[in-house]
Amino acid sequence: MIEALTAGLFNGLIYAAVAVGLALIWGITDVINFAHGEFLMLGMYAAYWLYTLGRIDPTLSAPLVAVALAFFGFMVYALVIRRLQRGPAMAIILATFGLGLVLRQLAFIFFSPDYRSLPDTLLSGSVSLAGMSLGRPQVVTGLVALAVVAALFVLVYRTRWGHALQAVAEDRQVAALVGIPPDRVNAQVWMLGSAAVGLAGALLTTFFYVFPSVGTVFGLLAFVAVCMGGFGSLPGACIAGIAIGLIEAMTGYLAAPALKTVSVYILFILVLWYRPRGLFGRW
Amino acid sequence: MNKKIIAGLAAGLALAAALPAHAQEKTVRIGALYPLSGALASTGAEIKAAIELAVDIINNPHPELKGIPLAAESGLPRLGGARFKVVFGDTQGKPEVGLADAQRMLDQEKVVALTGAYQSAVTKTASRVAEQRGVPFLNGESSSPDLTERGYKWFFRTTPNDETFVENMMQFLDTIKAVPTARIAVVYENTDFGVNTYKAVEKFAKQYKRQIVANIAYGAGSASVTAEVQKLAAAKPDVAIFASYTSDAMLFVRTMRETQYAPPVLLANDAGFIDSRFVQEVGPQVQGVLTRDVWAGDVAAAKAGLKKINEMYKAKTGKELNGNNARSMQGMLVLADAINRAGSTDPEAIRKALAATDLNDDQIAMPWAGVKFDDKGQNTKGAGLILELRGSSYQTVWPEKYRADKSLPTVPFAWK
Repeated sequence: MIEALTAGLFNGLIYAAVAVGLALIWGITDVINFAHGEFLMLGMYAAYWLYTLGRIDPTLSAPLVAVALAFFGFMVYALVIRRLQRGPAMAIILATFGLGLVLRQLAFIFFSPDYRSLPDTLLSGSVSLAGMSLGRPQVVTGLVALAVVAALFVLVYRTRWGHALQAVAEDRQVAALVGIPPDRVNAQVWMLGSAAVGLAGALLTTFFYVFPSVGTVFGLLAFVAVCMGGFGSLPGACIAGIAIGLIEAMTGYLAAPALKTVSVYILFILVLWYRPRGLFGRW
Repeated sequence: MNKKIIAGLAAGLALAAALPAHAQEKTVRIGALYPLSGALASTGAEIKAAIELAVDIINNPHPELKGIPLAAESGLPRLGGARFKVVFGDTQGKPEVGLADAQRMLDQEKVVALTGAYQSAVTKTASRVAEQRGVPFLNGESSSPDLTERGYKWFFRTTPNDETFVENMMQFLDTIKAVPTARIAVVYENTDFGVNTYKAVEKFAKQYKRQIVANIAYGAGSASVTAEVQKLAAAKPDVAIFASYTSDAMLFVRTMRETQYAPPVLLANDAGFIDSRFVQEVGPQVQGVLTRDVWAGDVAAAKAGLKKINEMYKAKTGKELNGNNARSMQGMLVLADAINRAGSTDPEAIRKALAATDLNDDQIAMPWAGVKFDDKGQNTKGAGLILELRGSSYQTVWPEKYRADKSLPTVPFAWK
């Protein structure tokens, strides 16, 4: 029981790691990035190729991948999102959706549909905790996720720059009137959110397979976590991610693992039913 | 004047077109339905090459292939040396196209028997046409147990089916003495393939005095399988049987390894575990895993006839034969042998000859005891192999006569 819950907690932290970037971009710039799962996929392939071709362990390459994804996020914002921001909201949603499809199909073409998996990395092995055996990659990824969420939380809610972000999130025009450039802030948020998902992707390769459609495995869960946690709330996304991990573990332990997904989505529907703005949502 | 020339040309063409029809007595035409386009096109193309090789063996003298019926002679001797001809139809991997193609073969191509169609679902529809029209259908490579449970009179299958494969697993487990094998856990994806594997294990576990201690179905493509692995570990099985495709197989292997759980016997039902990507990417981490298969490189190298046929195939295509196309080729050889013994192309005569087929292991090109059909049309002498991953390839550990290294299998299984 305890073992199942502990493993569930770390799985949940991994979901949180993927979700937090999505929550940040959504919360501040008001854009749902439907290509988020594909950003994750790019992060995973980047780490995979850095290891396979450059012999750089994903643990070490994770910051590099984060920087690369930040740059990619900036490009996406500058070339796609910014141009559409004055159009109908649907245009941006469809654009990110299309971007996701394009990225996935390009991955099929350039990386082939083969499943790939890294051999032993620096993180491979297990951690013993009070008689339980947990995978070290999962534990490290979970702890990094926690650190990333904490850092982003401080950055957004406790710094001057964070206040500027929140001001843009509240009202673009007023923020611009008091001298905060909304475009620049939005670009920074896209970079930060993309970097977070790049970091998560790199660390995921230490225990998960890499595949052009791998984004859909985690992307939907991240989306659910963000909705459940509350629109734009970083701690909300984190807590909802953990809740998903725990629910999955409990369903697997008490009922059958095949029902994992069912219980997660029942919980999701219940949350939306009773609290449509999510657990910690402000709107 | 012009009209006369055209009329003359047309008459000439008609005559030319009629000539093959005249020569038809000397040709026996077989329809072969395979996925030659679509997602399975590469598999279909390999099967087509293997069947063309079978036709070459039948039509041209190959005295070097001792024992294989029709190899030494040219053509079908009991039909006056008639040539064997295979007409290919493309099913596109779709059951409805397979059905339409089977009709077209019988109506337009005038084939005397049908073969195909790789996927069980396509074989199901195509063979229905043959059954209705009273034409023999020989299937060489579809493994769904249902196919021979339909009470069909004209359907014959040379490959063992999934139930036989699971029974083979039980027979293999009986040979393991180093560790107990009484408690079985089945981990399977909740699709047709996985559920059928579980049902077969359930059926044969009882018969072979084993007990199922965990029944773990999972959704394919999950983000995590820790709950599944914990459940498996908690049941403390002697044997863990997996029915998984590549991605989940990779994730299970890595998750079990990281949580340091090793089932004493790790036995897979083919699929993801024999995928070349699986062997390449996680193979080094999962040395000693056992899997069920129908084909192994070391068996092909050890059986003399098989080795020669494999060399011929390699010369023709640049690739080695594998479990899929070798079975299709064997099916075609069995069909040709039956038609020859029938001594005619009358459907009922062919059906009777097929039903009377009795080949031993020297007369076939597969690692089976032979070919002999039961009253449902299922070959009862076929069997699967159990292989163990050693280095970057699988080696045969069962049946024991194909086992080269007597120290195998390596049990209990342990992570490296």
